[in-house]
Amino acid sequence: MSTIIRLFNITKVYQMGEEEVHALQGVNLEIKKNEYVAIMGPSGSGKSTLMNIIGCLDTPTAGLYELNGTNVSEMNDNQLAKIRNKEIGFVFQTFNLLARSDVLHNVELPLIYGGFSSAERKRLAKEAIERVGLSDRMHHKPNELSGGQRQRVAIARALVTNPSILLADEPTGNLDSRTGEEIMGLFDMLHQQGNTIIVVTHEEEIAAHAHRMVRIRDGKVERDEMVKHRRIAKSIVTS
Amino acid sequence: MRYLLTEFKEGLLISLQAIRANKMRSALTTLGIVIGIVSVTLMGTAIEGLDRAFNKSIAAIGADVLYVQKFPWGGGQDWWRIRNRRDIQIRHERAIEKQASLAQAVTPVTGTRRQVKYERKLVENVVVVGTDADFIETAGATIAFGRFFTPMEADGGRPVCAIGSEIAVNLFPNENPIGKTIKVGNYAYRVVGVFERQGNFLGMESLDNRVYIPINRFFSEFANSRQGIQVWVKAVSLDQVENAKEEVRGIMRKARGLKPRDEDDFAINQQEILIQTFNSIGVVIAGVGLFITGLALFVGGIGIMNIMFVSVTERTKEIGIRKAIGAPRRAILLQFLVESAALCLLGGIIGLATAFPLSLIIDQVLPTAMPVSIVIVALLVSIFVGIVSGFLPAYRASRLDPVDALRYE
Repeated sequence: MSTIIRLFNITKVYQMGEEEVHALQGVNLEIKKNEYVAIMGPSGSGKSTLMNIIGCLDTPTAGLYELNGTNVSEMNDNQLAKIRNKEIGFVFQTFNLLARSDVLHNVELPLIYGGFSSAERKRLAKEAIERVGLSDRMHHKPNELSGGQRQRVAIARALVTNPSILLADEPTGNLDSRTGEEIMGLFDMLHQQGNTIIVVTHEEEIAAHAHRMVRIRDGKVERDEMVKHRRIAKSIVTS
Repeated sequence: MRYLLTEFKEGLLISLQAIRANKMRSALTTLGIVIGIVSVTLMGTAIEGLDRAFNKSIAAIGADVLYVQKFPWGGGQDWWRIRNRRDIQIRHERAIEKQASLAQAVTPVTGTRRQVKYERKLVENVVVVGTDADFIETAGATIAFGRFFTPMEADGGRPVCAIGSEIAVNLFPNENPIGKTIKVGNYAYRVVGVFERQGNFLGMESLDNRVYIPINRFFSEFANSRQGIQVWVKAVSLDQVENAKEEVRGIMRKARGLKPRDEDDFAINQQEILIQTFNSIGVVIAGVGLFITGLALFVGGIGIMNIMFVSVTERTKEIGIRKAIGAPRRAILLQFLVESAALCLLGGIIGLATAFPLSLIIDQVLPTAMPVSIVIVALLVSIFVGIVSGFLPAYRASRLDPVDALRYE
């Protein structure tokens, strides 16, 4: 299977006042198409930094990052924005929807920056909203939705450009366990449909949904192993 | 191109949402622009109105008429020296009338102020003009009722007069003035004609509050013959004005016995001088006026810049989200520029809506006019102010680091 992500000896150094913080110290990682990977680690381990780099929100201090065969480690702001728009679908812990816009417009947003025509945007956005089971909430504002529904809108927004990877950062962190399970069910389904998924989390239960678990500690990959007892969500999209 | 248009539409949508979500704040911020636009528009309106009033007044001074006077129009010269010039007298007028081949009509004009009475009705401080029968031609005025006095009446110094429309209304509210005898100062004059309404000159003096009498009689009843006069010369045609001017100058110099090296001790004025003077004053008034009112707009612009900085800070998270899902810097820049321009445009529209009725009120005192061009310019200016004052905040927003922006609470 083709390799989507190739990280080679990635380091990231922050300057915090006088002190240099080595957030990542030589991370090597390869992720193939249609893999389902959980990145785990305690806070301060560097997993957020790693996620930012994988998500092209940040560039490494040194090392090489190839995404779909393209070297993105030395791209500028605007080039990275284009890559994020096309290749990466973000799902955040706090959903990060635009509060004043309705569900449809929120899901359309990446397509606006992708330069799609209005009709095309509507069509793709409606399709994505349907995939997460929220067709009847198209014109609701985020504050009229439950937490689980909001996260599903965020997932639809991440899916709408048909990106190479879905990158979820603690996607269930702000949800109760039942709703969290529902969201994980949605990820399971999307994985079955062929999407490549990376979930960053510190919860073992959530990580157990993935096929592969990458443990980060002190800025390095501590363990990289296949999950033996995979959890499959009991409820797959109920509403 | 389509990207830009789509991003522009998104920017417009978001900015309208933002303005609606912060009604009070938007209204207060816009107030600065409203005041700026109101003052700039009113100033522009007043300048435009002044210009129009001038052009209307100037039309009363024929472009083909020369005014031979002691004082030059426009001033700016040595006033004392000019004051001591010899007065222009009837004999100079006679000389021009006899010798000028390029003059179609030549009139002596002089005046004083007297009260005018008819029965028990009285008008104070009326300008009494002494002239001859050609006045009707050099002044380009028209008679509404009756006639102007004839050459015979003028030369014979008959006690007849033509009156301005305002005098006619005041002295003869319910009667036909023709044939009635009025008292100008202490002397009786028979009214032979009433002038068409002329309005006022440059908003100063009414041309309708005047009485015109034969100049010969004027000198025997209101002044001694040493009082100075002006000579109005109407050229045979518009393209002969400059030649006529030279001719009149030559005649005047000879009549006044000037030697070849002497300077002219009289002035030949014409419409052009007045237009030049007005234009040079007009530029200064417009410059100073627009600068001062422009300051109001500038202050308004600073208000907009300030609130845009607040808006960018408040929406740091939103900027982070947009960047995360792929908004390039350009899109963020455009979004905030559109918001600031929309805010200012709103102010501009409110400003115009306020300025229009105000200009109508001011029109009661000063002539004003609000042409479409001022409306368009005002709207463009407000958009421009929006873009200029929004640029710095928008630029800062576009440069935000997505990771930091997303983390911002």
